Amino acid sequence: MKVSREQVIHIAELAHLKLTEEEIEVFQNEMNQILEYMEMLNELNTTYVESLSHPIEVKNVFREDKVDESISREEALKNAPDSTEEYFKVPKVI
Amino acid sequence: MNKRYESVIGLEIHAQLLTESKLFCGCSTKFGNPPNTNVCPVCLGHPGVLPVLNKKAVEFAIRMGIATNCKINQYSIFARKNYFYPDLPKGYQISQYEVPLCIDGYLEIETKAGRRSVRIKRIHLEEDAGKSIHDQGNFTLIDYNRCGVPLIEIVTAPDIRTPEEAGKFLSDIRQIVKYLGICDGNMEEGSLRCDANVSVRLKGESKLGTKTEVKNMNSIKNVINALSLEIQRQIDLLENNESVKQQTLLYNADLHSLEPMRTKEESHDYRYFPEPDLPILEINEEWINEITCQVGELPAHKKLRFKQQYNLPDYDIEILTTEKEYADYFEEVVNFTSDYKSASNWFMTEILKILNEKKNSIDRFPIKPEMLAELINLVNNQTISGKIAKEVFNEMLEEPQSPYEVVKRKNLIQISDENILIELIQRVLDRNQKQVEQYLSGKEKVFAHFVGEIMRETKGKANPAIVNKILKEKLSYLKKKNQ
Repeated sequence: MKVSREQVIHIAELAHLKLTEEEIEVFQNEMNQILEYMEMLNELNTTYVESLSHPIEVKNVFREDKVDESISREEALKNAPDSTEEYFKVPKVI
Repeated sequence: MNKRYESVIGLEIHAQLLTESKLFCGCSTKFGNPPNTNVCPVCLGHPGVLPVLNKKAVEFAIRMGIATNCKINQYSIFARKNYFYPDLPKGYQISQYEVPLCIDGYLEIETKAGRRSVRIKRIHLEEDAGKSIHDQGNFTLIDYNRCGVPLIEIVTAPDIRTPEEAGKFLSDIRQIVKYLGICDGNMEEGSLRCDANVSVRLKGESKLGTKTEVKNMNSIKNVINALSLEIQRQIDLLENNESVKQQTLLYNADLHSLEPMRTKEESHDYRYFPEPDLPILEINEEWINEITCQVGELPAHKKLRFKQQYNLPDYDIEILTTEKEYADYFEEVVNFTSDYKSASNWFMTEILKILNEKKNSIDRFPIKPEMLAELINLVNNQTISGKIAKEVFNEMLEEPQSPYEVVKRKNLIQISDENILIELIQRVLDRNQKQVEQYLSGKEKVFAHFVGEIMRETKGKANPAIVNKILKEKLSYLKKKNQ
């Protein structure tokens, strides 16, 4: 499998990244190297191996439905690039 | 609608679960709190935090699966749905994709064309996003209180054929989630939301037409209106030899119009992958059995049982079972009286009227079921008349008390003693000679006038059946004497 130039641009768009021409080339190469490396897995016979959705074999980790204290609004808004007294403020969406 | 076409509709229904805390953290789910006060590092998507699944949310989702005849997957996993939108601080929504909690169910609905089964493809668990407030100049404001509140998404197969059927299906789902106690079903506040996929095709055609997605229909009425509009729009396009474009449309209820969503907003490529922060979910037989016991009697079954047990008209049953709490109230009343129809009548006319006027719920209704039953029994054993019963009912509304106490205190016991009534009626007739003559000359309408006079005289306490009987006897005696 080869990653095309168009795919790199598409992935960059989805990640909200602006890439220069040079970077597109660099990432295309690097992505292909990663995929080539992963190709090694295809040399193994996995016919009888069940697919794994999680690397650790634990299951059913729950919390009970209890309300814990939330953080203060002041703390919540502290790291926001922009905010009002009450809300997070972002560039206009619609 | 053009008779040559049929529409094909599938629904996606989101229901907010009535848990106390969010799906993956302990923040409160309470609606209407000041903005950004029900938040913590987990639901704000800070780096390095770990989501932990709310057990009750899983049980609620399974309850819905059982109620809609789904298969509950023994193993299911969570997935990340990746997209950028400011109401989603992590940059992805934790949802379920390849292996949802519940699959392959169905719900039977009553339609004009008889009972129809609508297949349910899946029910999965996911987290809600925050709330955006637009129209703030060059900015959008975000409140993350809702972010992380548990939702189930119910996805149907394209088995629905008309907007009315879609409305019926949605209202049945709404009734079920409320019966199950897993969602309050409030569409105006957004705790129940519905999107639809809709396409049209010529009747007899088996291939599906190009579908559009209709969003922003926040009531059952709007679902019916929006779908009717979209179906007509698609048919008009096809009739003009134009093609339907696959797109997402937003319904504007004020203008009764559909506006396409900007293409940029729908160009999604979600790149789902298994959520590495959450381990696999295993649901064994024992747990399913436990949850099955929590399901209780569902609306369809309750309606059947009411028919068999109480033999009430369908109309009554439909109203009495609208809400589980209504049915419970009714059944408590009939624990104390065998007059089912009167119990139903009182509920449908008087009680519902007051609940609607005061926007109150039945569990806060001041008259307790056994008191209403006692009132019905007082009418049936002729202690009071139906008219007086209304008066007693109003007294009980003002101040919760036994109806018999009211009757005794206000001296409202019905006068059924014939001797007293004969004397009274004679007096009324003597006093109204003119009307008596009118009656005898054939104007029988004045009969009601006499009854009214007698009732006024007794402050409504005269037994109307006996009054009618005696009055008729007296008047026909006078008639004979006159001839």
